[in-house]
Amino acid sequence: MSNYSVEAIALNKVFGRRLIFNNINFNFNNSGIFGISGPNGSGKSTLIKIISGLTSPSSGRIIHNYNEKSIIPEKLHNYIGFVSPYLMLYDEFSAWENLNYFSKIRNVPFDKDKINYLLDSFLLLNRKDDLVKTYSSGMKQRLKFIFALMHSPHLLLLDEPTSNLDAEGKEKVYSILKKESGTSIIIIASNEESDLEICSSLIQLEKYKNPYNSVPAAGEITK
Amino acid sequence: MNIKAFALFKKDFHSELRTRYAVNALIMFIIVAISVILFSIGNEKISQSLTGGLLWVVIFFSAMSGLSRAFVSEEERGTTMTLQLIASPSTVFSGKLLFNLILVFVMNIVIALLYSAMFDAFVIKNFLLFLVTFLLGNIGLAISSTIIAAIIAKAGSKGTLYPVLSFPILLPLILLLVHLTLNSLDGTSFDQSLFELAMVACYDVIMLSASYMLFDFVWKD
Repeated sequence: MSNYSVEAIALNKVFGRRLIFNNINFNFNNSGIFGISGPNGSGKSTLIKIISGLTSPSSGRIIHNYNEKSIIPEKLHNYIGFVSPYLMLYDEFSAWENLNYFSKIRNVPFDKDKINYLLDSFLLLNRKDDLVKTYSSGMKQRLKFIFALMHSPHLLLLDEPTSNLDAEGKEKVYSILKKESGTSIIIIASNEESDLEICSSLIQLEKYKNPYNSVPAAGEITK
Repeated sequence: MNIKAFALFKKDFHSELRTRYAVNALIMFIIVAISVILFSIGNEKISQSLTGGLLWVVIFFSAMSGLSRAFVSEEERGTTMTLQLIASPSTVFSGKLLFNLILVFVMNIVIALLYSAMFDAFVIKNFLLFLVTFLLGNIGLAISSTIIAAIIAKAGSKGTLYPVLSFPILLPLILLLVHLTLNSLDGTSFDQSLFELAMVACYDVIMLSASYMLFDFVWKD
């Protein structure tokens, strides 16, 4: 059970004259894993960025609540964890240095035991002092999960979370996500069947392309 | 300036020690700029007023070459989003501003020392006035350069845009600083320069307030 909720009200995004999606509504107020699917260019990453506050919608609103109080945009980063292939960590630092600086900049205690546990879980413990630039893309992807989980976020936003991961890495991610879904809201944007299988409900973005769609479609969140 | 901004400054400082993004560009520019001035003068004796003006020309162009790195390096490495996910806009601006302030002070102290060693005509008669001018001028230069760097970081033609945007924003500051430097070289009293000093202080306050208000819009897509 989570005391966090994220609600979308009539979200619309337009790039130039191109409509990406229109009138998306949802309200996730219980912990669990939720999915966003759609073909390439349907706006999965854009929707994830809008939920995280990185991008603004063309119209509509996203409301984040914690303990029934609205979270102001300046504080939102304290509540969310984010993983995506286009997220970059500092190549010139080691994994340990990266995570240490992130803790300090967030002004949360650097819990060495927790970091070591996460590094061990994601099979990076023996490489924690190596510079990130020496990591493979799969290792960088696993480090991004540690970056997303280290401050115990209430909302985890995952865009193509298993890209660059091998079978062992994917299994590790799924088991950790299932564990986290007991206390956090997890939103996954992906086309991978195995990623979407763990989701309890799904937003299919191809249903939101109609510019005249002013009434929420029946069963817009389906599984 | 809070503890988060200081942590961001430490991250940037550590990163700069490893990558030398800004420092190498600055050192090379300072050496080249002062050398070119020395070669172009040859054996000619230049006036005191000209040395005061040239000092700020070197400082202005050195700032152009190094201070934009604060945000451009994040954009080039793709780490802008990472920063957006760990810190509020005001923390990011404060951290970057602190880094640029330190960089500007170190850079300008080196320039001023080199300058006074190379040019016989550069003799400061009112040291207190020069010191206050130098202090206020560096603060203004760092604030303006930081917000301009944030604005141009997302643009395609960063190299061209930075000096183009800097010129109108920094021109009033540079004109006042040249005037005050000339006053300190010819020994004008501190009291007689109070109006110009107040103008520079006002410039700093206005630029700082405007930068914090503008940065929220610049930082998010």
